[in-house]
Amino acid sequence: MKKIIKYVVLDILRNRIVLAYTVFLFIISLSVFNLEDNAAKGLLSLLNIILIIVPLISIIFSTIYVYNSTEFIELLVSQPVKRTGLLLSIFTGLAISLLLAFLVGAGLPILIYSASGAGFMMIFVGLALTLVFVSLAVLASVITRDKAKGIGVAILLWFYFALIYDGIILFILFQFSDYPMEKVTIGFSALNPIDLGRIMILLKLDIAAMMGYTGAVFKDFFGGFWGILYALLVMLLWVFLPVWLTVRKFNRKDL
Amino acid sequence: MIIATNVNKSFGRLKALDNVSLTCNKGQSISLIGPNGSGKTTFIKCLLGMVVPDNGFITFNNKNIAHDWAYRAHIGYMPQTGRFPDNMRIVQVFDMMKDIRKDSATCGLDEDLISAFGLNKVLNKRMRTLSGGTRQKVGASLAFLFNPDVLILDEPTAGLDPVSSEILKEKIISQKQKGKLILITSHILSDLEDITTEIIYLQEGKLKFHKSLQQLKEDTGEEKLTRAIAQVMKSNLHP
Repeated sequence: MKKIIKYVVLDILRNRIVLAYTVFLFIISLSVFNLEDNAAKGLLSLLNIILIIVPLISIIFSTIYVYNSTEFIELLVSQPVKRTGLLLSIFTGLAISLLLAFLVGAGLPILIYSASGAGFMMIFVGLALTLVFVSLAVLASVITRDKAKGIGVAILLWFYFALIYDGIILFILFQFSDYPMEKVTIGFSALNPIDLGRIMILLKLDIAAMMGYTGAVFKDFFGGFWGILYALLVMLLWVFLPVWLTVRKFNRKDL
Repeated sequence: MIIATNVNKSFGRLKALDNVSLTCNKGQSISLIGPNGSGKTTFIKCLLGMVVPDNGFITFNNKNIAHDWAYRAHIGYMPQTGRFPDNMRIVQVFDMMKDIRKDSATCGLDEDLISAFGLNKVLNKRMRTLSGGTRQKVGASLAFLFNPDVLILDEPTAGLDPVSSEILKEKIISQKQKGKLILITSHILSDLEDITTEIIYLQEGKLKFHKSLQQLKEDTGEEKLTRAIAQVMKSNLHP
């Protein structure tokens, strides 16, 4: 398995997109921190960019990469290689390259300008979101045979998590505004890793007070040890569930 | 060595394999023959675990191949169309395969075909720039590279020039004499004539017969494989 990961990582490094992504993140982070005089403000501006860009690049790049390695996969399944191992190697290879890209591109500037609790939380959220969206991408590309359809599914998934989901939540909260919804919104936050990430960072930034009563409930829940554990478990679930489904599907796939 | 029992596979409504049961033994050289779309490639892919049968099972050296992968170390496979990662060089593909199969290699590497095909001179070319024939050569060289006990060749001579085709045939015959199991599909029956000892005939996913070449010639009363198969095909199409 180690050998296959090596070939996947080498192949990804060779096509330079990940390198461009790293440079792009680095420039954006540096310029955001230099534009604001306050590091916390810079972090807040960076937050919105990262929550949009990291999932988008992770899911699109990974989906296209898996489709482009069709030949590689076909070549290796006829060899003495475990199918599960092959798929997990591709996943790991993608994850390693994109995690490294995020660490260098965004992690480094954050550590330089804002090595606070909020800064570390943002690095953690960025890494977690990368993993989540790589695993969703692998799932999308294994369940659909057609490349155009698979990439379409990946873009739709991103759309859903980044935009549509928030709309649905707003609609629900508005419709049920007569009822106490504060506890329920904690449950809702588990359904969208991007939202969960946003909440975790905002709470560290101490601007929860601006989010009204719900913010207070969040602060109370996510501020404690159990809240952090809950968020961590939910993120892990978002990584492992798609990977598990993909492995199951891939083991029965005809190539 | 390879025993298939009641293997079924359908793609949607199309029945690609219909209750196929077969036994292949060491030292045999078997030709899989049948019209286009008769399930030859599907059967081969089932043997390799690339296609998962709907039901029925296949054993390799008395071990079920479902959920197993180590058995593939004994197989050299040459696919119908050589599909390789586009941006790898020929030498990188060879090195990668050697690296991956290093632990499972039973005996030394067999690089005869690489030099016989003249691939040595183009080792640094990228796979996407290669012609169809050169890809076939790479595929053939990879199949023989690890000295496997079983060789599965899916239309090996299609797309090869006459000289290369002859080199490959020589190689197959030399491996046959070493007592390896060889499975070949081909539509060029004259190529199969001096290679095979057994004939498996598939039609519409069904196994029509599995006979020795000698037996087939006697049954049809023909001297040449080409004519014998032509007769079989005709009688199957117009009974």
